[in-house]
Amino acid sequence: MARQAKFDEIEYYDHKALSAVDFRPPETGWMDTPVDMRPGTFIYPAKPRHLEYLGFPNPREWNPQDDDWKLPENWKEIIFKGMRERLDEYRSFRVFMDICVRCGACADKCHFFIGSGDPKNMPVLRAELIRSVYRNDFTTAGKILGKLAGAREVTIDVIKEWFYYFYQCTECRRCSVFCPYGIDTAEITMMARELLNLLGLNVNWIIEPVANCFRTGNHLGIQPHGLKDTLEFFADDIEEATGIKVDIPLNKKGAEILFVTPSGDFLADPGTFTCMGYMMLFHELGLDYTWSTYASEGGNFGLFTSHETIKRLNAKIYAEAKRLGVKWILGGECGHMWRVVNQYMDTVNGPADFLEVPRSPITGTVFENARSTKMVHITEFTADLIKHGKLKLDKSQNDHIRVTFHDSCNPARAMGILEEPRYILKHVCNHFYEMPENTIREQTFCCGGGAGLGTDENMEMRLRGGLPRGNAVQHVHERFGVNHLVAMCAIDRATLSTVCEYWAPEVRVAGIHELLANAMVMRGQKKRTLNLRLEPINGEEGDGDE
Amino acid sequence: MNAFVSLAAVLALLLLAWLGVAGLQLHILFGIVIPYFAVVVFLGGIVYRVMTWANVPVPFRIPTTCGQQKSLPWIGHSKLENPSSSWQVAGRMALEVLFFRSLFRNTKTEVHPDGPKVVYHPAYWLWIGALAFHYGFLTVFVRHFRFFVPPACGYQQAASWCTDSSVVDGLWWALGTLESVDAFLQVGAPPVFVSGIILLAAATYLLLRRFVIPQVRYISLASDYFPLFLIIGIAATGILMRHFVRTDIEAIKALGYGLASFAPLTGGEAWSQFVHHRPGGAFVPGLPDIHWLFFAHLLLVCTLFVYFPFSKLMHLGGVFLSPTRNMANSNRAVRYDVGWSARHPVPAHTYEEYEDEFRDKMKMVDIPVDKE
Repeated sequence: MARQAKFDEIEYYDHKALSAVDFRPPETGWMDTPVDMRPGTFIYPAKPRHLEYLGFPNPREWNPQDDDWKLPENWKEIIFKGMRERLDEYRSFRVFMDICVRCGACADKCHFFIGSGDPKNMPVLRAELIRSVYRNDFTTAGKILGKLAGAREVTIDVIKEWFYYFYQCTECRRCSVFCPYGIDTAEITMMARELLNLLGLNVNWIIEPVANCFRTGNHLGIQPHGLKDTLEFFADDIEEATGIKVDIPLNKKGAEILFVTPSGDFLADPGTFTCMGYMMLFHELGLDYTWSTYASEGGNFGLFTSHETIKRLNAKIYAEAKRLGVKWILGGECGHMWRVVNQYMDTVNGPADFLEVPRSPITGTVFENARSTKMVHITEFTADLIKHGKLKLDKSQNDHIRVTFHDSCNPARAMGILEEPRYILKHVCNHFYEMPENTIREQTFCCGGGAGLGTDENMEMRLRGGLPRGNAVQHVHERFGVNHLVAMCAIDRATLSTVCEYWAPEVRVAGIHELLANAMVMRGQKKRTLNLRLEPINGEEGDGDE
Repeated sequence: MNAFVSLAAVLALLLLAWLGVAGLQLHILFGIVIPYFAVVVFLGGIVYRVMTWANVPVPFRIPTTCGQQKSLPWIGHSKLENPSSSWQVAGRMALEVLFFRSLFRNTKTEVHPDGPKVVYHPAYWLWIGALAFHYGFLTVFVRHFRFFVPPACGYQQAASWCTDSSVVDGLWWALGTLESVDAFLQVGAPPVFVSGIILLAAATYLLLRRFVIPQVRYISLASDYFPLFLIIGIAATGILMRHFVRTDIEAIKALGYGLASFAPLTGGEAWSQFVHHRPGGAFVPGLPDIHWLFFAHLLLVCTLFVYFPFSKLMHLGGVFLSPTRNMANSNRAVRYDVGWSARHPVPAHTYEEYEDEFRDKMKMVDIPVDKE
C-alpha cells in the first residue's frame, strides 16, 4: 500500500489545488481575522538549549498551535520598550512606520502573496500588522481616533499574527524595489523579529544554526575535524573526475587570502559541487589561500534574528583574518552573506585596517569597490580572471546543459551584483537563456525559503512562495529546453531544488563555480569523462568531430 | 465603513462652514483665525515631524539596489539605480521625487491556475494617476499665490492702488505665464484651468481604485479615504467658484493679501485703499460680500493643512529621508559608522575559547593550533 505523504513532503501537495490561488480577501476585516496556524505553514519553535547557549530570553518548550505560548508576565511592557528603543535607533523603522500611503503597488510583488492570495502576505498589510500597534501607542492620531486611524491594541492574538507572518517574509526586498518611498519590508520584518525574539518567540531553523555558528564557527555545527574530513572527501571526488589531487590549506597562518563560504556548501548537494569548484579553481591558480575552521561560515543567520546577532556571528571573520595574518578575504557564492558583507560587516566589526586593499595576485587587479571591507565576491574575482584570460575554459564541456540564472535576492537588491555572474556563465557554457525580465535582476523572485524559512515543516509556504520563481524556470524550460538553474546562493541551491522538483521537475540546480570547474581545463588533468557529480559528460560516448 | 466615515467628515466640514458663515456670521473666525491657526500647525507640524525623523540615527547603509553595482571598471555601472556617490544618489532621488521612478516599475501579476502560469503585465495607471494628482495639485497650489501677491502696477493691474515693484511685477508675470499655459484649452469664460480638472479627475481615480480593487479596498483605512474626499472637496468647491457661483474675487484677494501681510483686518497696505473705496469703508464688514462657498473651500484647505503633518501625507517629507533610497551603495569602499557598533557591544566567542574546546580534535587531524 502506498505510504501517505506528510505535510512536510512535496507529494502531500496537489498541484491543481496549489495552483488555484484564491485572491479574494476574507469577508472579515484584517483586524478581525485570526491566524490559521495550520501545519505546513509555520516553523517549529527554537529548542530551549539553543536559546540558553546564546543567552537569549525565555527559553522553554512551547507549541505555536497551543493557546498558551508561555510568554513572560510583562510581555506587553517588553514589546513597548523594544519598539521605543528601535524607533529611536533606526530611522528606517520610524520613517517606514509613518509614511506608507497604502497605494498597494507592493501587493502583488511578494512571492508569498502571489502563491497564497493571503492578503496579510501583501507587504503593505504585513507592515500594517505592526504599524497598527505603532499608531495605537506611539502616535497622537492613533491614540485619539483608534481603529479609525488604523490603530489597534497589542494583544496575544496580535503577537501570534506577528510570529506567523514575520516568519512568512523572506526579507527579499522585492517589494522595496516597487515602493515609491522605498519602504523595505525586510527592515520591518527584521524589527518585528527582534521584538519577537525579546519574548522568546523564534524558530529553531534559525536559532539552531545561530547557536551552532557561535560555537563551532558554522551553521551546521561541523567541528574542525569534520570540516577537514568533508574537504578531503571533496578532494577525492575531484581526483576521480580530473586525476588531480588538490590540496586543502586549513587554518594556515600567513596565507595571502582567507576564503569564507556558506557552510551549506559543505554538506548538501548540489552546493557541494560548487565547493569543489572553488577548490579546483584555487588549485589551478596556485592561489596562496586558506580555509578556516573557526570562521567556517560566510552566511549569517543573525540577519534573521537581530542586528546584535549579525555582529556576534560576523565578528569571527575579521578576527580570524587578523589571527592568520592574511592580506584580504575572498567570499564564496552566498545570498544573505553578501547582504551582511556589503551592508553591515564593516560597520559592525570594522575597520579592517589590519588588512590590505584586495588585489588579485593573478591579474594584479585592485578591487577598489572593496577598498574598506577588504572582502571580494568570488564572482568579481573570477570574472576578472576570465577577462584577463587567466583561465583555460572549454565551454563545450557544458554543451549538454541549457542554463538559466537565478539572481539571488540579496546579491541583487542589497548589492547589485548582476553582471559578474552572467559574464562567467557566458564564458563557461554555450547555452545560456534569461528568464522573463520581471523575474530577474532587481525584480528577481525569492526561492521561497530565504531568511530562515527553508525548512520542511514550512513546505506549503515554500511551495507557494516558490511559485513565481518555479514558474519562470518552467517557462524557459518549455521555451528553450533549459535544464539547469544556476544560483549563487547556498540557500537557493537547497531550496530551489525543492521548488524546481515541484514546479519545474525537469530542471536541476547548480552553482556558478560548479559549471566553471566543469569547463575549466586544468594543467595535468586526465581526459575528463566525468563532471563533478561524477556523471558522464556529453560527447564522451561518440566524440570525433571538432 | 471607513470610506463612509471619511465622506461624512468632509460633508460635516462643509456644513460647518455654511452654518458658521452664512448662519452665525463668524467671518473672522473662518476667514482669519482658522487660516492662521492652520498655517502655524502646518509649518510647525512639518518641522516637528521632519526633526523627529532626522533625530533618529541611520545606523547602517541599506540602499535597495536596483541595478548593477560599481565594481570592476569594465562592467557597466548603473549609476542611477545603484548609486555609489552622493551625486548619483541625488540623481536617483530626483528621479524618485520628480518622476516617481519606482512606481513606474509597477506591474500587475496574474496567476492562471492552468499550468499554472504566472503572468506580469505592465501597469502604468497608478503611476499616471499619481503623477497627474501631484503635478495637478502643485500647479493649483502655485496658481493660488495670485491671492497673496499685491496688485502690481507694471503687470495687468491698472488700478491706482497698485504696488510699484519689479519683484511684484516678476511674480505676476510668472503667475500669468503659468495661468496662460494652464488655460491653454481656451474653453469657457473665465477659461478652464486644466490643472484643476486634472486634480479632480486624478483624485477621483485614486478614490475609485480604492473601491474597485479588492486588495486595495481591504487595506484602505479611514485615513486613506479622508484626504481624498477632502481634496476632491477642495477641487470641487474651487471649480464651482471659478465657473458657477459668483463671488467677490476682489474682496477675496484683499483677504488673502491681508493674511499674507499680517494685516487681515484691513486687507494690508496694498489693498487698504481699495477697501476704503468700498461701501462700508473698512475691510472686515466687507467680508460678508464673499460667498459662503469660499469659506467652505478655505475650511477644507485649513483642515488639510492641520491634518497634513500628522498623517500619511507626510510622505512628502519622508520620501527624502528613506534610507533605502537616499544612501549610496558604497559600503565596501567607504566605511560607514555612526556609532551603532559602539552602542551595541555583544558577547564574542573568541578563537582561544574555540580552540580550547576543539584542540584535541584539531590535533588529531593535524589542523594547526596556537597552543600545543
